[in-house]
Amino acid sequence: MQRRYFRLLASAAAFALSAPAAMAQELTIFWAEWDPANYLQELVNEYEAETGVSVTVETTPWADFQTKAFTEFNAKGSAYDMIVGDSQWLGAASEGGHYVDLSDFFKQHNLGEVMAPATVKYYAEYPANSQKYWAIPAEGDAVGWSYRKDWFEDPAEMEAFKAKYGYDLAPPTDWKQLIDIAEFFHRPDQNRYGIAIYTDNSYDGLVMGVENALFSYGAELGNPDTYEVEGIINSDKAVEALEAYRKLYGFTPPGWSKTFFVENNQAITENLAAMSMNYFAFFPALVNPATNPNAANTGFFANPAGPYGDQYAALGGQGISIVSYSSNIEESYKFLEWFIRDDVQKRWAELGGYTAHAKTLESEEFRNATPYNEAFYQTMFKVKDFWAVPEYAELLIAANQRWYPFIVGGEGTAKEALDALAADWTETFKKYGRLK
Amino acid sequence: MTRLEPDTRAAARGLSDLTIRNLFIIPTIVFLIVFNVFPLIYSLWTAFTDYRASTSADANWVGLQNFRELLADPYIWRNFTITAKYVMITVTGQVIVGFGLAMLLNRKIPLKGLITTLLLLPMMLSPAVVGLFWKLLYDPSFGIINYFLGMGKFEWLANPQMALWAVALVDIWMWSPFVMLLSLAGLSAVPKHLYEAAEIDRAGPFYTFFRITLPLVAPILMIAIIFRTMEAFKTFDHAYILSTQPTTELIAIRLYKMAFLEWQTGMSSAFAYIVLIVVVAITNIYVKYLNKAKAR
Repeated sequence: MQRRYFRLLASAAAFALSAPAAMAQELTIFWAEWDPANYLQELVNEYEAETGVSVTVETTPWADFQTKAFTEFNAKGSAYDMIVGDSQWLGAASEGGHYVDLSDFFKQHNLGEVMAPATVKYYAEYPANSQKYWAIPAEGDAVGWSYRKDWFEDPAEMEAFKAKYGYDLAPPTDWKQLIDIAEFFHRPDQNRYGIAIYTDNSYDGLVMGVENALFSYGAELGNPDTYEVEGIINSDKAVEALEAYRKLYGFTPPGWSKTFFVENNQAITENLAAMSMNYFAFFPALVNPATNPNAANTGFFANPAGPYGDQYAALGGQGISIVSYSSNIEESYKFLEWFIRDDVQKRWAELGGYTAHAKTLESEEFRNATPYNEAFYQTMFKVKDFWAVPEYAELLIAANQRWYPFIVGGEGTAKEALDALAADWTETFKKYGRLK
Repeated sequence: MTRLEPDTRAAARGLSDLTIRNLFIIPTIVFLIVFNVFPLIYSLWTAFTDYRASTSADANWVGLQNFRELLADPYIWRNFTITAKYVMITVTGQVIVGFGLAMLLNRKIPLKGLITTLLLLPMMLSPAVVGLFWKLLYDPSFGIINYFLGMGKFEWLANPQMALWAVALVDIWMWSPFVMLLSLAGLSAVPKHLYEAAEIDRAGPFYTFFRITLPLVAPILMIAIIFRTMEAFKTFDHAYILSTQPTTELIAIRLYKMAFLEWQTGMSSAFAYIVLIVVVAITNIYVKYLNKAKAR
């Protein structure tokens, strides 16, 4: 009896000891709660079918994403093996030791050329131009525009527009046209408004919106190598850009003072605005008749060029990184090797993910797959991003504090707002020893 | 008569003092030490360091630098000014509305119990939920507030001058019932014979209110004011959801951004201690007045 008891105990111990080995066949990827995360779960199910390694995409609402991720990092927790983190986190996560250095992996697989160059620069490399890589571009994204085709193609509207502005009504090719069209369709008495833009200053909404104007007007945030901002963020071009954004705010629907991606899609679905700014990742909902009654009449265009010919858009999207504290780092590398394969990237795009894979992006098949893929393709080769230094949140909050009162409240001038911001950012960069 | 020893008395009731200590007192003390006392002491230490929770770098002792930087920051002073204005508006509003409702409910009215219960509902709701539905009520396009007031497309939250008042109105709506509840308790405790005596002396309603009602309810009203002031100073949820206007950035919102968006852990700990000192100072002033009111 006693011998049987010991045998049972030994079997139980053997089972318990074998458990960690079985657990190594499970990987967890952490991301924000949105449609692309569901597409990624579908994709990784195919990885499980192929390799037997189960991968779970764990999500949390966007509002919690950063806090939850960094809380886990700070605790050196191994809950997540990989994370699809925001591009701005690169500095904080790499300098904090939370991400595994993927530079060798990057070079070994020639990812600098395999992925669209802009996505490599902003999703993967930190510090800028250092050739040190911390993530693989996973979900490419940028700001684009949707518009009401039926309003634009209405013969009466076209005639009235031509009479007023002297050129044909069509998706704008520059910011002057964007402002003209917004002004033309702005008719509060008809409950119809010109444009929907980002104004939410609780995180990066407003800043990402303004960046579209700044970069296309030829302005820059600062010098990424020296961190000098004085005379750059408050240049004449930046002043013009901020004034243009403020002008656009005047053509938004009432109460448009805390708006981000949800409200901007609603502007199209609820017949509120003629044009709406949003990340491409939110456009699938606009071509779906179940979520947009105007789906058949919704068109898309890339962020227009500025008055000096520059054309850029604010970068969204994320790269996938291996968390340093994961107990499955080797298994995570194998997953990334699978993820960057041409056929997997093609499948990722088919499922609805926005691939950053250059070959897939350039293919006719991808560009014609949806009404917005062409605009996405055009945009992904001309994107720029916010600072990715560890203190990016302080820079972001300062920008919100300086820009919001001018854009939404009409307080002061664009020049004053930008001069003050240049002073704030200079002080922050000095505080962290980046600027002497 | 036989006198029982304390232990024996507890044992007679079913639990010995030792068991009570082990079951209830020790776990409570341990819980308080782990979740209250330790974080308080730890955050006091981090307040004097440059610690950032987002990095694995060691915290360095910086002395009073965090406090100096905070007190020299014009944004922080603006946050304090906004919060002070918010506290004044909300607490005054809640005392007027809450006390007024209590005066009404102190009379004999039909369905008094049901009305009291319904009036208490706002304070039972989650502040985040309250923020979300008031955002809809304030909406300039389809919000019912503009519809009922005939204010067209008036922008309550997008208007920098109006936003703080709009957020304060929500707080008044939510927490006036709390003041009402305490005031009602105070009013029902006022001896009826005082009113009878005042009536015999032909005292007018104003005289009765200012000489009998208010002085006797004052101590409990002061307790309500202390609680509401402390809470208003810490307001976060509904203010954060309703508006992102710089004119509504209360200290709790700024503190949250500093601690969990900017990850300036040391600096935010120092900020939290400054807020704590301000709240304790204000509460002490109130308590002084409360004691005076009690003495009268």
